[in-house]
Amino acid sequence: MTDLSFVRTEMLPERAPPPSTTGVIGWLRKNLFDGWLNSALTIVSLLFVFWVLDHLFVWGISPTWSDGSLDQCRTTISEAGWGGACWGVIRERWPQMLYGFYPEELRIRPTLAFFLLFIALIPVLFSMISRRMNWLLLALVLLAFTFAVESSGLIIAARVVLAAAALWIGVLLVRVPTGEEREEQIKQGAGRLPNPLWFTALYIFLMPWLLWGGTVWTPVAVALGIVIGGLAFRLLSPMTGTLAALIVAVVATILWWLLLSGPFADMMHGIFPIGLEPVKSRLFGGLMLSITIGVVAIAVSLPLGIVLALGRQSDLLIVKYLSVIFIEFIRGVPLITLLFVASVLLNIFMPPGTNFDIILRVIIMATIFSAAYMAEVIRGGLAALPKGQYEAADALGLDYWKAQRLVIMPQALKISIPGIVSTFIGLFKDTTLVSIIGLMDPIGLSNAIRADANWNGIVWELYGFIALMFFIFTFSMSRYSMYLERRLRTDHR
Amino acid sequence: MSTLETDRKVNRSQMKVSDKVAIEIRKMNKWYGQFHVLRDIDLTVYEGERIVIAGPSGSGKSTLIRCINRLEEHQSGQIIVDGIELSSDLKNIDKVRSEVGMVFQHFNLFPHLTILENCTLAPIWVRKIPRKQAEETAMHFLEKVKIPEQAHKYPGQLSGGQQQRVAIARSLCMMPRIMLFDEPTSALDPEMIKEVLDTMIELAEEGMTMLVVTHEMGFAQQVANRVIFMDAGQIVEQNEPTEFFNNPKSERTKLFLSQIL
Ligand SMILES: Nc1ncnc2c1ncn2[C@@H]1O[C@H](COP(=O)(O)OP(=O)(O)O)[C@@H](O)[C@H]1O
Ligand SMILES: [Mg+2]
Repeated sequence: MTDLSFVRTEMLPERAPPPSTTGVIGWLRKNLFDGWLNSALTIVSLLFVFWVLDHLFVWGISPTWSDGSLDQCRTTISEAGWGGACWGVIRERWPQMLYGFYPEELRIRPTLAFFLLFIALIPVLFSMISRRMNWLLLALVLLAFTFAVESSGLIIAARVVLAAAALWIGVLLVRVPTGEEREEQIKQGAGRLPNPLWFTALYIFLMPWLLWGGTVWTPVAVALGIVIGGLAFRLLSPMTGTLAALIVAVVATILWWLLLSGPFADMMHGIFPIGLEPVKSRLFGGLMLSITIGVVAIAVSLPLGIVLALGRQSDLLIVKYLSVIFIEFIRGVPLITLLFVASVLLNIFMPPGTNFDIILRVIIMATIFSAAYMAEVIRGGLAALPKGQYEAADALGLDYWKAQRLVIMPQALKISIPGIVSTFIGLFKDTTLVSIIGLMDPIGLSNAIRADANWNGIVWELYGFIALMFFIFTFSMSRYSMYLERRLRTDHR
Repeated sequence: MSTLETDRKVNRSQMKVSDKVAIEIRKMNKWYGQFHVLRDIDLTVYEGERIVIAGPSGSGKSTLIRCINRLEEHQSGQIIVDGIELSSDLKNIDKVRSEVGMVFQHFNLFPHLTILENCTLAPIWVRKIPRKQAEETAMHFLEKVKIPEQAHKYPGQLSGGQQQRVAIARSLCMMPRIMLFDEPTSALDPEMIKEVLDTMIELAEEGMTMLVVTHEMGFAQQVANRVIFMDAGQIVEQNEPTEFFNNPKSERTKLFLSQIL
């Protein structure tokens, strides 16, 4: 029998790994040329990628930027002997691709709404930008836009005020301490300045007003509805409990919107006529239309999805079955069907004479469609949470709503980020389906452009341009979701 | 016979059992569907008692202590905690839950919150204590469980023993009058069991009323004033620890003790 005992007398020092497994060579060998099959595949793939890029490149840098029609473009290409794409159509029509038939002299309004959208989103999406920076950006954007409109006494006054505000906040910003103190200040909310989320809340009412115009009292009346609901909730919840108060608040708000907000706005407009030139929904189009539908539907479908997901898990049988029926019905129907319902059927059910805006109808359909998917995505997140989290929250005495808000939802939503963002991206791309019911989104416009004799038969350039516009947005969303996942990662695996 | 997994001397001078009733359970029964998990449980817990509940797996120990803060609902009989009877009245349930702390086998810390936020969440939102004050209290208890320096880390960055001590601190921040422990050391490595037991002993020394489900018989011998043995959903035997371990009466208890000691 051999001796099994062994005692190490000397501990081994740490050594570097063999050089052929590290550095560029090691990486190449491991990832691209690991064995003859892998090497062959690598070379073939590289050749293929090169071939595609080469063709795409020649097609893409075609010298046709200034041509005014397809024929002219073909002549240019045959004279030059190279190229392929007819970029003239993009040069000529890009404003239309962005704004549709929105009146040219008013296009500054959607543009402003678009820029302000980012300012409104910053405090929601990012935590590392300070309040000062946010307000400074807002002042600068507004200032820039005052130079894009015709100068008048009011505008000059606005310029002075905005410039002064920007300067003041800018000075505050420069004086911000660095290091730990700065972090502390960002967390505390930079003292003197209000939370930029106030602007985000304002933006919800500002955006439709900028886009559709009309009297300023309409958004004010709509906002008042929310205030009324909030007050009702505040007053009732100590007496009747959260759920009953919530229901009353929602009903009060809806009643206000349906019955009183219109007359209220008319009356106020009679006294103080302030407003922008109204623009008809029919004139909306292009990317602006896609973004309008997409942004509103995204912003509303997330909270609605949360409510539905919670409803589906509820112990209250009626709430539960209503949620299940809603989710399953909406998910079971193609979006196209819902859009047709929006464009044709809804008018039949409406009392005669009501003029229910077509874009609003489409937004409602897109919202409930993605809310149903959102609910299922969030339900997945809820299901992934260990039961112990609910128990710990209960054991600490948190009631249902507090447990949901403080413990359950933050974690469930975090788990669901990839699914939520996929739903958002899907929704944004699905906005192109509105072309089928005759709205002039980019796809609808590309058909309209082809109807022009000059551009009859052009396909790739338009679709490529549309694809690029959509890709910019969807890719940003995808990157943002990865950033958010990284930022929220606290498990340190 | 095993001794306590710690070399710490237990100071029993403060451990006084008062004659005030903390928990009163009368003829309590519970079913999971058709399955009768708890049968005619009668138990009176006085303030300052340290009760260890032992018994084979599946005997209903967890279910019993989870009924005390209504994580599980009982179907018949009465449970009165601190003078409040547990019924389906939500107000009473929330009141009892904020008086009774609970520590779980798997810690159940909130992974998306820092240690400090874990400890201040319930005081701020349930007790409505101002944030600053809640943070001071939390730091006090984190010092007590000897991990104040981890306050700004996340639970995922701590070892099991540290997490369980945070879980204890989190419960203590609500200033509970009763603490329930459901196998607090079962998910821990041996070297971490000691630090958690030390914390629990300290708590016992300060006179906390404690119900502890555990297999740490050393802890039972040195800290408990009463050991309850459960089997098949019933209380089979209870006694003060020396008697319980040296002189078990029931056959089931003898069998159980012979298996684990
Ligand atoms: N939610 C539940 N549904 C059905 N049966 C359960 C449930 N929880 C526990 N049980 C059963 O009840 C019995 C007692 O469980 P438990 O109180 O966890 O035992 P112990 O903690 O003593 O190991 C076990 O047989 C277990 O399978
Ligand atoms: Mg158990």
